[in-house]
Amino acid sequence: MMAGTLSERILGSAEGTYVDRMVDRAFAHDGTGAQALVAFENFRIPGKSVVNPEKLSIIYDHISPANNSVTADLQGDLRKFSRENGMHFHEVGCGICHQIMSEGVCLPGEIVVGADSHSCTLGALGAFSTGVGATDMAGIWATGGTWFRVPESISIVLSGKLSGHAEPKDVALSYIKALGMDGGTYKALEFIGDGAAGIPVEGRLTLSNMAVETGAKTGLFYADALTREHLITYGADEKTISLQKPEDCSYESEIHLDLDDIEPLLAVPPRVDNAVPVTQYSGTPIDQVFVGTCTNGRFEDLKRFADIVRGKKVAVRTIVTPASKDAYAKALSTGVLSDILEAGCVICPPGCGPCLGAHMGVLGEGEVGLSTANRNFRNRMGVGAEYYLCSPSTAAVSALYGEIRSPIELEGGTNR
Amino acid sequence: MIVSGHAVVIGEDVDTDMIIAGRYLRTTNRSIWVEHAFEDYDKSIAGRLNGSVLVAGKNIGCGSSREQAAAALKEAGVRAVVAPSFARIFFRNCVNLGLYVFEADVVCENGVIVSFDTDDSYVKTSTAVYQAKPLSNRMKEILSAGGLNAYLSRQGEP
Repeated sequence: MMAGTLSERILGSAEGTYVDRMVDRAFAHDGTGAQALVAFENFRIPGKSVVNPEKLSIIYDHISPANNSVTADLQGDLRKFSRENGMHFHEVGCGICHQIMSEGVCLPGEIVVGADSHSCTLGALGAFSTGVGATDMAGIWATGGTWFRVPESISIVLSGKLSGHAEPKDVALSYIKALGMDGGTYKALEFIGDGAAGIPVEGRLTLSNMAVETGAKTGLFYADALTREHLITYGADEKTISLQKPEDCSYESEIHLDLDDIEPLLAVPPRVDNAVPVTQYSGTPIDQVFVGTCTNGRFEDLKRFADIVRGKKVAVRTIVTPASKDAYAKALSTGVLSDILEAGCVICPPGCGPCLGAHMGVLGEGEVGLSTANRNFRNRMGVGAEYYLCSPSTAAVSALYGEIRSPIELEGGTNR
Repeated sequence: MIVSGHAVVIGEDVDTDMIIAGRYLRTTNRSIWVEHAFEDYDKSIAGRLNGSVLVAGKNIGCGSSREQAAAALKEAGVRAVVAPSFARIFFRNCVNLGLYVFEADVVCENGVIVSFDTDDSYVKTSTAVYQAKPLSNRMKEILSAGGLNAYLSRQGEP
Protein backbone atom coordinates (compact mmCIF):
# COMPACT_ATOMS: atom_id res chain seq x y z
CA MET A 1 0.00 0.00 0.00
CA MET A 2 1.25 3.51 -0.84
CA ALA A 3 2.29 5.94 1.88
CA GLY A 4 0.05 8.83 2.78
CA THR A 5 -2.94 9.55 4.95
CA LEU A 6 -5.47 6.78 5.38
CA SER A 7 -7.84 8.67 3.06
CA GLU A 8 -5.16 8.88 0.37
CA ARG A 9 -4.33 5.20 0.76
CA ILE A 10 -7.93 4.00 0.61
CA LEU A 11 -8.94 6.30 -2.25
CA GLY A 12 -5.61 5.60 -3.97
CA SER A 13 -4.79 9.18 -4.89
CA ALA A 14 -3.18 12.29 -3.44
CA GLU A 15 -5.13 14.82 -1.40
CA GLY A 16 -6.85 17.52 -3.40
CA THR A 17 -7.35 15.29 -6.45
CA TYR A 18 -10.72 14.14 -7.75
CA VAL A 19 -11.28 10.44 -8.31
CA ASP A 20 -14.05 8.19 -9.57
CA ARG A 21 -14.45 5.09 -7.47
CA MET A 22 -16.78 2.14 -7.32
CA VAL A 23 -18.07 1.85 -3.78
CA ASP A 24 -17.66 -1.26 -1.63
CA ARG A 25 -20.88 -0.61 0.25
CA ALA A 26 -23.65 1.93 0.12
CA PHE A 27 -26.67 2.34 2.34
CA ALA A 28 -29.69 4.56 2.70
CA HIS A 29 -32.46 4.73 5.29
CA ASP A 30 -36.22 5.14 5.10
CA GLY A 31 -35.91 8.93 4.80
CA THR A 32 -33.11 9.42 2.28
CA GLY A 33 -33.85 6.11 0.59
CA ALA A 34 -37.38 7.23 -0.27
CA GLN A 35 -35.95 10.43 -1.79
CA ALA A 36 -33.28 8.43 -3.63
CA LEU A 37 -35.99 6.20 -5.07
CA VAL A 38 -37.80 9.24 -6.49
CA ALA A 39 -34.51 10.44 -8.01
CA PHE A 40 -33.67 6.96 -9.35
CA GLU A 41 -37.05 6.60 -11.01
CA ASN A 42 -36.61 9.99 -12.66
CA PHE A 43 -33.23 9.04 -14.13
CA ARG A 44 -33.59 8.77 -17.87
CA ILE A 45 -30.68 6.37 -18.25
CA PRO A 46 -31.14 3.85 -21.05
CA GLY A 47 -31.22 0.29 -19.72
CA LYS A 48 -31.10 1.59 -16.15
CA SER A 49 -30.99 -1.02 -13.42
CA VAL A 50 -29.58 -1.28 -9.91
CA VAL A 51 -25.85 -2.05 -10.16
CA ASN A 52 -24.23 -4.41 -7.62
CA PRO A 53 -27.33 -4.76 -5.39
CA GLU A 54 -25.38 -7.10 -3.08
CA LYS A 55 -23.36 -4.05 -1.99
CA LEU A 56 -26.44 -1.94 -1.27
CA SER A 57 -28.45 -1.80 1.95
CA ILE A 58 -31.73 -0.17 2.88
CA ILE A 59 -32.14 0.21 6.62
CA TYR A 60 -35.32 1.49 8.28
CA ASP A 61 -34.41 3.65 11.26
CA HIS A 62 -35.53 7.27 10.98
CA ILE A 63 -39.30 7.07 11.39
CA SER A 64 -39.49 3.44 12.25
CA PRO A 65 -42.10 2.04 12.68
CA ALA A 66 -43.98 4.53 10.49
CA ASN A 67 -45.84 7.32 12.32
CA ASN A 68 -48.59 7.96 9.75
CA SER A 69 -49.87 6.77 6.41
CA VAL A 70 -47.81 9.18 4.27
CA THR A 71 -44.63 7.80 5.83
CA ALA A 72 -45.97 4.26 5.57
CA ASP A 73 -46.64 4.72 1.84
CA LEU A 74 -43.16 6.09 1.17
CA GLN A 75 -41.66 3.23 3.17
CA GLY A 76 -43.84 0.72 1.33
CA ASP A 77 -42.56 1.84 -2.08
CA LEU A 78 -38.93 1.65 -0.98
CA ARG A 79 -39.39 -1.73 0.73
CA LYS A 80 -40.83 -3.17 -2.46
CA PHE A 81 -38.11 -1.63 -4.65
CA SER A 82 -35.36 -2.84 -2.36
CA ARG A 83 -36.63 -6.42 -2.31
CA GLU A 84 -37.36 -6.55 -6.03
CA ASN A 85 -33.84 -5.39 -6.80
CA GLY A 86 -32.09 -7.76 -4.43
CA MET A 87 -30.70 -5.13 -2.06
CA HIS A 88 -30.13 -5.99 1.61
CA PHE A 89 -33.29 -4.87 3.36
CA HIS A 90 -33.39 -4.21 7.12
CA GLU A 91 -36.92 -3.93 8.43
CA VAL A 92 -38.22 -1.63 11.21
CA GLY A 93 -36.76 -2.58 14.57
CA CYS A 94 -33.34 -3.59 13.25
CA GLY A 95 -31.70 -0.38 14.40
CA ILE A 96 -29.78 2.62 13.09
CA CYS A 97 -28.06 2.27 9.72
CA HIS A 98 -24.58 3.22 10.97
CA GLN A 99 -24.82 0.80 13.87
CA ILE A 100 -26.03 -2.06 11.64
CA MET A 101 -23.15 -1.43 9.23
CA SER A 102 -20.68 -1.42 12.14
CA GLU A 103 -21.84 -4.81 13.37
CA GLY A 104 -19.57 -6.98 11.23
CA VAL A 105 -20.71 -5.66 7.83
CA CYS A 106 -18.36 -2.80 6.96
CA LEU A 107 -14.64 -3.68 6.84
CA PRO A 108 -11.35 -1.76 7.14
CA GLY A 109 -10.08 -0.27 3.90
CA GLU A 110 -13.46 -0.18 2.21
CA ILE A 111 -15.02 2.79 0.47
CA VAL A 112 -18.43 3.21 2.04
CA VAL A 113 -21.10 5.78 1.24
CA GLY A 114 -24.27 6.34 3.21
CA ALA A 115 -27.18 8.61 2.46
CA ASP A 116 -27.01 10.15 5.90
CA SER A 117 -24.68 12.77 7.30
CA HIS A 118 -23.45 10.54 10.13
CA SER A 119 -22.07 7.96 7.69
CA CYS A 120 -18.64 9.13 8.87
CA THR A 121 -19.29 6.82 11.87
CA LEU A 122 -17.78 3.83 10.04
CA GLY A 123 -14.43 5.59 9.80
CA ALA A 124 -13.99 4.12 13.28
CA LEU A 125 -13.37 0.77 11.58
CA GLY A 126 -10.75 2.14 9.19
CA ALA A 127 -13.16 2.45 6.26
CA PHE A 128 -13.34 5.62 4.17
CA SER A 129 -16.98 6.24 4.93
CA THR A 130 -18.86 9.42 4.16
CA GLY A 131 -22.34 10.82 3.71
CA VAL A 132 -24.13 11.94 0.57
CA GLY A 133 -27.60 13.13 -0.35
CA ALA A 134 -30.40 11.24 -2.05
CA THR A 135 -29.57 11.95 -5.70
CA ASP A 136 -25.94 10.93 -5.17
CA MET A 137 -27.23 7.68 -3.65
CA ALA A 138 -29.53 7.12 -6.62
CA GLY A 139 -26.51 7.68 -8.87
CA ILE A 140 -24.63 4.99 -6.93
CA TRP A 141 -27.56 2.59 -7.37
CA ALA A 142 -27.46 3.30 -11.11
CA THR A 143 -23.69 3.23 -11.69
CA GLY A 144 -22.10 1.49 -8.69
CA GLY A 145 -19.79 4.41 -8.02
CA THR A 146 -19.35 8.13 -7.58
CA TRP A 147 -16.71 10.85 -7.54
CA PHE A 148 -14.73 11.92 -4.50
CA ARG A 149 -12.36 14.73 -3.75
CA VAL A 150 -9.51 13.16 -1.77
CA PRO A 151 -9.55 15.22 1.41
CA GLU A 152 -6.72 16.86 3.26
CA SER A 153 -6.45 15.40 6.76
CA ILE A 154 -6.39 16.83 10.24
CA SER A 155 -4.91 14.62 12.94
CA ILE A 156 -6.52 14.45 16.34
CA VAL A 157 -3.66 13.13 18.45
CA LEU A 158 -4.94 11.52 21.62
CA SER A 159 -2.67 10.74 24.53
CA GLY A 160 -3.30 9.36 28.01
CA LYS A 161 -6.35 7.51 29.22
CA LEU A 162 -9.91 8.43 30.09
CA SER A 163 -10.40 8.52 33.82
CA GLY A 164 -13.07 9.33 36.36
CA HIS A 165 -16.39 10.00 34.69
CA ALA A 166 -15.12 11.16 31.31
CA GLU A 167 -16.34 9.13 28.34
CA PRO A 168 -15.80 8.99 24.57
CA LYS A 169 -18.69 11.47 24.14
CA ASP A 170 -16.79 14.01 26.21
CA VAL A 171 -13.74 13.48 23.96
CA ALA A 172 -15.96 14.05 20.92
CA LEU A 173 -17.32 17.31 22.34
CA SER A 174 -13.73 18.34 23.18
CA TYR A 175 -12.40 17.99 19.64
CA ILE A 176 -15.51 19.62 18.19
CA LYS A 177 -15.01 22.56 20.53
CA ALA A 178 -11.38 22.78 19.40
CA LEU A 179 -12.20 22.63 15.67
CA GLY A 180 -15.52 24.47 15.62
CA MET A 181 -18.58 23.64 13.55
CA ASP A 182 -16.72 24.16 10.26
CA GLY A 183 -13.11 23.48 11.26
CA GLY A 184 -13.14 20.15 9.46
CA THR A 185 -15.10 21.15 6.36
CA TYR A 186 -14.01 19.15 3.26
CA LYS A 187 -11.32 17.40 5.40
CA ALA A 188 -10.87 13.99 6.95
CA LEU A 189 -10.06 13.63 10.63
CA GLU A 190 -7.60 10.95 11.72
CA PHE A 191 -7.64 9.88 15.36
CA ILE A 192 -4.14 8.73 16.19
CA GLY A 193 -1.78 8.30 19.15
CA ASP A 194 -1.66 5.95 22.15
CA GLY A 195 -4.86 7.43 23.49
CA ALA A 196 -6.75 6.55 20.31
CA ALA A 197 -5.42 2.99 20.36
CA GLY A 198 -6.72 2.58 23.91
CA ILE A 199 -10.31 3.56 23.13
CA PRO A 200 -12.57 0.53 22.58
CA VAL A 201 -14.32 0.26 19.23
CA GLU A 202 -17.72 1.33 20.59
CA GLY A 203 -16.11 4.54 21.83
CA ARG A 204 -14.30 5.05 18.54
CA LEU A 205 -17.68 4.87 16.81
CA THR A 206 -18.85 7.73 19.04
CA LEU A 207 -15.81 9.85 18.12
CA SER A 208 -16.02 9.14 14.39
CA ASN A 209 -19.78 9.67 14.41
CA MET A 210 -19.46 13.31 15.39
CA ALA A 211 -16.74 14.18 12.82
CA VAL A 212 -19.45 15.65 10.60
CA GLU A 213 -20.31 18.15 13.33
CA THR A 214 -17.01 19.85 12.38
CA GLY A 215 -17.92 19.62 8.69
CA ALA A 216 -15.49 16.72 8.16
CA LYS A 217 -15.98 14.17 5.42
CA THR A 218 -15.03 11.28 7.67
CA GLY A 219 -13.32 10.54 10.98
CA LEU A 220 -10.83 7.69 10.74
CA PHE A 221 -9.20 5.29 13.15
CA TYR A 222 -6.54 2.85 11.94
CA ALA A 223 -7.87 -0.69 12.12
CA ASP A 224 -6.00 -2.61 14.83
CA ALA A 225 -6.38 -5.72 16.97
CA LEU A 226 -9.39 -4.18 18.75
CA THR A 227 -11.08 -3.53 15.41
CA ARG A 228 -10.46 -7.11 14.35
CA GLU A 229 -11.81 -8.48 17.61
CA HIS A 230 -14.92 -6.30 17.28
CA LEU A 231 -15.59 -7.45 13.73
CA ILE A 232 -15.06 -11.12 14.53
CA THR A 233 -17.42 -10.85 17.52
CA TYR A 234 -20.07 -9.71 15.07
CA GLY A 235 -19.41 -12.57 12.71
CA ALA A 236 -17.08 -11.06 10.12
CA ASP A 237 -14.73 -13.50 8.42
CA GLU A 238 -11.25 -13.01 9.84
CA LYS A 239 -9.68 -13.53 6.40
CA THR A 240 -11.47 -10.43 5.07
CA ILE A 241 -10.06 -8.12 7.76
CA SER A 242 -6.80 -6.31 7.02
CA LEU A 243 -5.27 -4.13 9.69
CA GLN A 244 -3.75 -0.70 9.06
CA LYS A 245 -0.77 1.19 10.43
CA PRO A 246 -0.01 4.90 10.08
CA GLU A 247 2.58 5.64 7.39
CA ASP A 248 4.58 8.74 6.62
CA CYS A 249 2.08 11.41 5.73
CA SER A 250 1.44 15.07 6.17
CA TYR A 251 -1.46 16.50 8.10
CA GLU A 252 -2.84 19.90 7.37
CA SER A 253 -3.06 20.58 11.09
CA GLU A 254 -2.95 18.72 14.38
CA ILE A 255 -4.97 18.87 17.53
CA HIS A 256 -3.59 17.33 20.71
CA LEU A 257 -5.89 16.15 23.45
CA ASP A 258 -4.77 14.51 26.67
CA LEU A 259 -7.53 12.12 27.66
CA ASP A 260 -6.55 12.47 31.34
CA ASP A 261 -7.62 16.13 31.21
CA ILE A 262 -11.08 15.48 29.80
CA GLU A 263 -14.06 16.01 32.06
CA PRO A 264 -17.80 15.56 31.49
CA LEU A 265 -18.99 18.16 29.00
CA LEU A 266 -22.25 19.60 27.81
CA ALA A 267 -22.93 21.08 24.36
CA VAL A 268 -25.07 24.13 25.02
CA PRO A 269 -27.79 24.82 22.43
CA PRO A 270 -27.92 25.75 19.65
CA ARG A 271 -24.30 24.88 18.79
CA VAL A 272 -22.53 21.54 19.02
CA ASP A 273 -19.15 23.28 19.39
CA ASN A 274 -20.35 25.23 22.42
CA ALA A 275 -19.01 22.66 24.88
CA VAL A 276 -18.56 23.56 28.55
CA PRO A 277 -18.05 21.52 31.74
CA VAL A 278 -21.36 20.07 32.86
CA THR A 279 -20.83 21.63 36.29
CA GLN A 280 -21.32 25.11 34.76
CA TYR A 281 -24.96 24.27 34.17
CA SER A 282 -25.50 22.19 37.28
CA GLY A 283 -29.01 22.71 38.62
CA THR A 284 -30.63 23.63 35.29
CA PRO A 285 -34.12 22.05 35.33
CA ILE A 286 -34.90 19.63 32.50
CA ASP A 287 -38.16 18.19 31.16
CA GLN A 288 -36.82 15.14 29.36
CA VAL A 289 -33.75 12.96 29.06
CA PHE A 290 -33.09 10.97 25.90
CA VAL A 291 -30.47 8.22 25.71
CA GLY A 292 -29.73 6.64 22.35
CA THR A 293 -28.78 7.48 18.72
CA CYS A 294 -25.89 6.52 16.45
CA THR A 295 -23.67 8.50 18.83
CA ASN A 296 -24.54 6.85 22.15
CA GLY A 297 -27.11 4.08 21.77
CA ARG A 298 -24.76 1.11 21.91
CA PHE A 299 -24.85 -1.60 24.59
CA GLU A 300 -21.90 -0.04 26.43
CA ASP A 301 -23.75 3.29 26.56
CA LEU A 302 -26.93 1.67 27.87
CA LYS A 303 -24.87 -0.17 30.47
CA ARG A 304 -23.15 3.01 31.65
CA PHE A 305 -26.57 4.61 32.02
CA ALA A 306 -28.00 1.57 33.83
CA ASP A 307 -25.05 1.35 36.22
CA ILE A 308 -25.99 4.77 37.58
CA VAL A 309 -29.80 4.51 37.67
CA ARG A 310 -29.91 0.91 38.93
CA GLY A 311 -32.07 0.63 42.04
CA LYS A 312 -33.08 4.30 41.89
CA LYS A 313 -35.89 6.26 40.23
CA VAL A 314 -35.55 8.90 37.56
CA ALA A 315 -37.09 12.26 38.46
CA VAL A 316 -37.97 13.28 34.92
CA ARG A 317 -39.39 11.49 31.87
CA THR A 318 -36.56 9.51 30.33
CA ILE A 319 -36.55 7.83 26.94
CA VAL A 320 -34.03 5.11 26.16
CA THR A 321 -33.64 3.90 22.57
CA PRO A 322 -31.09 1.17 21.80
CA ALA A 323 -29.14 1.75 18.58
CA SER A 324 -29.76 -1.73 17.24
CA LYS A 325 -31.57 -4.97 17.82
CA ASP A 326 -28.26 -6.47 18.88
CA ALA A 327 -27.69 -3.74 21.48
CA TYR A 328 -31.29 -4.23 22.65
CA ALA A 329 -30.88 -8.01 22.94
CA LYS A 330 -27.60 -7.69 24.83
CA ALA A 331 -29.13 -5.15 27.21
CA LEU A 332 -32.07 -7.50 27.68
CA SER A 333 -30.04 -10.61 28.41
CA THR A 334 -27.66 -8.85 30.80
CA GLY A 335 -30.43 -7.25 32.86
CA VAL A 336 -29.46 -3.75 31.75
CA LEU A 337 -32.88 -3.12 30.23
CA SER A 338 -34.77 -4.26 33.30
CA ASP A 339 -32.63 -1.96 35.46
CA ILE A 340 -33.53 0.90 33.12
CA LEU A 341 -37.20 -0.05 33.10
CA GLU A 342 -37.34 -0.40 36.90
CA ALA A 343 -35.77 3.05 37.24
CA GLY A 344 -38.86 4.45 35.50
CA CYS A 345 -37.59 4.99 31.96
CA VAL A 346 -39.45 4.37 28.70
CA ILE A 347 -37.73 1.92 26.36
CA CYS A 348 -38.34 2.50 22.65
CA PRO A 349 -37.69 0.19 19.70
CA PRO A 350 -34.22 0.36 18.09
CA GLY A 351 -33.84 3.30 15.71
CA CYS A 352 -33.17 7.03 15.69
CA GLY A 353 -35.96 7.81 18.17
CA PRO A 354 -36.70 11.52 18.66
CA CYS A 355 -33.21 12.67 17.55
CA LEU A 356 -34.46 14.36 14.39
CA GLY A 357 -37.69 15.63 15.92
CA ALA A 358 -39.98 13.32 14.01
CA HIS A 359 -41.54 11.05 16.62
CA MET A 360 -41.22 9.16 19.91
CA GLY A 361 -40.19 11.93 22.26
CA VAL A 362 -40.41 15.26 20.44
CA LEU A 363 -40.15 18.15 22.90
CA GLY A 364 -42.82 20.79 23.41
CA GLU A 365 -42.58 24.59 23.24
CA GLY A 366 -40.37 25.95 25.99
CA GLU A 367 -39.21 22.54 27.15
CA VAL A 368 -35.61 21.74 27.96
CA GLY A 369 -34.14 18.37 27.08
CA LEU A 370 -30.89 16.60 27.73
CA SER A 371 -29.79 14.12 25.10
CA THR A 372 -26.93 11.82 24.19
CA ALA A 373 -27.49 12.69 20.51
CA ASN A 374 -25.23 14.66 18.19
CA ARG A 375 -27.11 17.84 17.27
CA ASN A 376 -28.66 20.55 19.42
CA PHE A 377 -29.76 22.82 16.57
CA ARG A 378 -32.64 25.17 17.18
CA ASN A 379 -36.05 23.45 16.92
CA ARG A 380 -34.51 20.16 15.78
CA MET A 381 -36.00 17.97 18.50
CA GLY A 382 -39.11 20.09 18.98
CA VAL A 383 -40.26 23.57 17.94
CA GLY A 384 -39.50 26.12 20.65
CA ALA A 385 -37.58 23.60 22.75
CA GLU A 386 -33.90 23.50 23.50
CA TYR A 387 -31.72 20.65 24.48
CA TYR A 388 -28.22 19.98 25.64
CA LEU A 389 -25.93 17.17 24.50
CA CYS A 390 -24.00 14.99 26.92
CA SER A 391 -22.65 11.52 27.68
CA PRO A 392 -24.81 8.60 28.89
CA SER A 393 -23.42 8.97 32.44
CA THR A 394 -24.24 12.68 32.58
CA ALA A 395 -27.70 11.84 31.22
CA ALA A 396 -28.15 9.22 33.96
CA VAL A 397 -27.14 11.44 36.88
CA SER A 398 -29.24 14.29 35.51
CA ALA A 399 -32.24 12.01 35.04
CA LEU A 400 -32.05 11.05 38.72
CA TYR A 401 -32.04 14.69 39.79
CA GLY A 402 -34.44 16.05 37.18
CA GLU A 403 -31.88 18.74 36.50
CA ILE A 404 -28.50 18.94 34.84
CA ARG A 405 -25.86 17.34 37.07
CA SER A 406 -22.34 16.18 36.37
CA PRO A 407 -21.34 12.61 37.21
CA ILE A 408 -18.53 14.26 39.16
CA GLU A 409 -21.15 15.41 41.66
CA LEU A 410 -22.19 11.81 42.26
CA GLU A 411 -19.01 11.18 44.18
CA GLY A 412 -19.88 13.76 46.80
CA GLY A 413 -22.55 11.46 48.20
CA THR A 414 -25.29 13.92 47.29
CA ASN A 415 -27.06 11.38 45.12
CA ARG A 416 -30.56 10.60 46.29
CA MET B 1 -24.70 32.37 -19.72
CA ILE B 2 -25.08 35.33 -17.38
CA VAL B 3 -27.66 34.81 -14.63
CA SER B 4 -28.68 37.33 -12.01
CA GLY B 5 -30.98 37.56 -9.06
CA HIS B 6 -31.73 39.67 -6.04
CA ALA B 7 -29.73 38.84 -2.92
CA VAL B 8 -31.38 37.10 0.01
CA VAL B 9 -28.81 37.39 2.78
CA ILE B 10 -28.59 34.88 5.64
CA GLY B 11 -26.08 34.35 8.45
CA GLU B 12 -23.36 31.82 9.29
CA ASP B 13 -23.73 28.11 10.10
CA VAL B 14 -27.33 27.95 8.85
CA ASP B 15 -28.08 24.23 9.08
CA THR B 16 -30.37 22.15 6.88
CA ASP B 17 -32.90 21.89 9.73
CA MET B 18 -33.23 25.68 9.42
CA ILE B 19 -33.63 25.50 5.63
CA ILE B 20 -36.36 22.88 5.90
CA ALA B 21 -37.46 21.46 9.24
CA GLY B 22 -37.63 17.71 9.88
CA ARG B 23 -41.41 17.86 10.32
CA TYR B 24 -41.88 18.69 6.61
CA LEU B 25 -39.57 16.08 5.09
CA ARG B 26 -41.89 13.15 4.54
CA THR B 27 -43.92 14.19 1.55
CA THR B 28 -43.83 13.90 -2.20
CA ASN B 29 -45.40 17.35 -2.52
CA ARG B 30 -42.46 19.67 -3.14
CA SER B 31 -44.53 22.82 -2.75
CA ILE B 32 -44.61 22.09 0.99
CA TRP B 33 -40.83 22.56 1.11
CA VAL B 34 -41.13 25.87 -0.75
CA GLU B 35 -43.85 27.11 1.56
CA HIS B 36 -41.96 26.23 4.75
CA ALA B 37 -38.39 27.04 3.67
CA PHE B 38 -36.47 28.83 6.45
CA GLU B 39 -39.59 28.77 8.62
CA ASP B 40 -37.60 28.24 11.83
CA TYR B 41 -34.92 30.73 10.82
CA ASP B 42 -36.79 33.73 9.44
CA LYS B 43 -40.37 33.48 8.23
CA SER B 44 -39.90 36.44 5.88
CA ILE B 45 -37.46 34.55 3.66
CA ALA B 46 -39.71 32.03 1.87
CA GLY B 47 -41.64 34.75 0.06
CA ARG B 48 -38.45 36.38 -1.23
CA LEU B 49 -36.72 33.32 -2.69
CA ASN B 50 -38.14 33.29 -6.21
CA GLY B 51 -35.53 34.64 -8.63
CA SER B 52 -32.98 35.18 -5.87
CA VAL B 53 -29.33 34.43 -5.22
CA LEU B 54 -28.94 33.17 -1.67
CA VAL B 55 -25.96 34.95 -0.11
CA ALA B 56 -25.05 32.94 2.97
CA GLY B 57 -22.41 33.09 5.69
CA LYS B 58 -19.83 30.35 6.18
CA ASN B 59 -20.76 26.67 6.53
CA ILE B 60 -24.15 26.93 4.85
CA GLY B 61 -26.14 23.70 4.90
CA CYS B 62 -24.36 22.02 7.80
CA GLY B 63 -26.01 19.18 9.66
CA SER B 64 -28.43 16.70 8.18
CA SER B 65 -27.85 15.31 4.67
CA ARG B 66 -31.50 15.96 3.74
CA GLU B 67 -31.61 16.76 0.05
CA GLN B 68 -34.95 18.45 0.63
CA ALA B 69 -32.94 21.52 1.75
CA ALA B 70 -31.37 21.97 -1.68
CA ALA B 71 -34.60 20.87 -3.38
CA ALA B 72 -36.61 23.49 -1.47
CA LEU B 73 -34.28 26.25 -2.69
CA LYS B 74 -34.32 25.00 -6.26
CA GLU B 75 -38.09 24.56 -6.22
CA ALA B 76 -38.56 28.04 -4.72
CA GLY B 77 -36.73 29.58 -7.66
CA VAL B 78 -33.32 30.27 -6.08
CA ARG B 79 -30.81 30.68 -8.92
CA ALA B 80 -27.57 30.15 -7.02
CA VAL B 81 -26.14 29.84 -3.53
CA VAL B 82 -23.08 31.88 -2.66
CA ALA B 83 -21.12 31.41 0.59
CA PRO B 84 -17.52 31.54 1.88
CA SER B 85 -17.82 27.81 2.65
CA PHE B 86 -20.41 25.06 2.29
CA ALA B 87 -21.09 21.93 4.26
CA ARG B 88 -20.01 19.29 1.74
CA ILE B 89 -23.15 17.17 1.49
CA PHE B 90 -25.32 20.25 0.92
CA PHE B 91 -22.80 21.40 -1.70
CA ARG B 92 -23.02 18.10 -3.57
CA ASN B 93 -26.80 18.08 -3.25
CA CYS B 94 -27.04 21.54 -4.87
CA VAL B 95 -24.78 20.46 -7.75
CA ASN B 96 -26.75 17.24 -8.21
CA LEU B 97 -29.99 19.20 -8.48
CA GLY B 98 -28.47 21.70 -10.91
CA LEU B 99 -28.42 24.58 -8.44
CA TYR B 100 -25.34 26.75 -8.97
CA VAL B 101 -22.95 27.11 -6.02
CA PHE B 102 -20.14 29.62 -5.60
CA GLU B 103 -17.62 29.50 -2.82
CA ALA B 104 -16.99 33.25 -2.39
CA ASP B 105 -17.13 35.71 0.47
CA VAL B 106 -19.72 38.09 -0.96
CA VAL B 107 -20.77 41.02 1.20
CA CYS B 108 -23.98 42.75 0.22
CA GLU B 109 -27.41 43.86 1.40
CA ASN B 110 -30.72 42.14 0.81
CA GLY B 111 -32.15 42.98 -2.59
CA VAL B 112 -28.87 43.92 -4.27
CA ILE B 113 -28.60 42.36 -7.72
CA VAL B 114 -26.02 39.56 -7.79
CA SER B 115 -24.96 38.12 -11.12
CA PHE B 116 -22.76 35.25 -12.24
CA ASP B 117 -21.61 33.55 -15.40
CA THR B 118 -22.57 29.87 -15.45
CA ASP B 119 -19.34 29.10 -17.33
CA ASP B 120 -17.07 30.98 -14.98
CA SER B 121 -16.25 31.18 -11.30
CA TYR B 122 -16.89 34.74 -10.32
CA VAL B 123 -19.82 36.55 -8.75
CA LYS B 124 -20.63 40.23 -9.25
CA THR B 125 -22.64 42.74 -7.30
CA SER B 126 -23.20 46.34 -8.39
CA THR B 127 -20.08 47.34 -6.45
CA ALA B 128 -17.67 44.44 -6.51
CA VAL B 129 -16.48 41.30 -8.29
CA TYR B 130 -15.70 38.23 -6.23
CA GLN B 131 -13.56 35.34 -7.40
CA ALA B 132 -15.07 32.01 -6.36
CA LYS B 133 -13.10 28.80 -5.80
CA PRO B 134 -13.18 26.93 -9.11
CA LEU B 135 -15.40 23.86 -9.34
CA SER B 136 -14.04 20.55 -10.59
CA ASN B 137 -14.70 19.70 -14.22
CA ARG B 138 -17.13 17.00 -13.15
CA MET B 139 -19.16 19.42 -11.06
CA LYS B 140 -19.24 21.89 -13.94
CA GLU B 141 -20.45 19.17 -16.29
CA ILE B 142 -23.19 18.09 -13.87
CA LEU B 143 -24.30 21.70 -13.40
CA SER B 144 -24.31 22.53 -17.09
CA ALA B 145 -26.35 19.38 -17.77
CA GLY B 146 -28.87 20.66 -15.22
CA GLY B 147 -28.16 18.08 -12.54
CA LEU B 148 -26.96 14.51 -11.99
CA ASN B 149 -30.06 13.05 -13.62
CA ALA B 150 -29.47 14.78 -16.94
CA TYR B 151 -25.72 14.25 -16.67
CA LEU B 152 -26.00 10.47 -16.18
CA SER B 153 -28.63 10.26 -18.92
CA ARG B 154 -26.18 11.91 -21.27
CA GLN B 155 -23.43 9.51 -20.22
CA GLY B 156 -25.66 6.61 -21.19
CA GLU B 157 -26.11 7.92 -24.72
CA PRO B 158 -24.06 6.15 -27.40
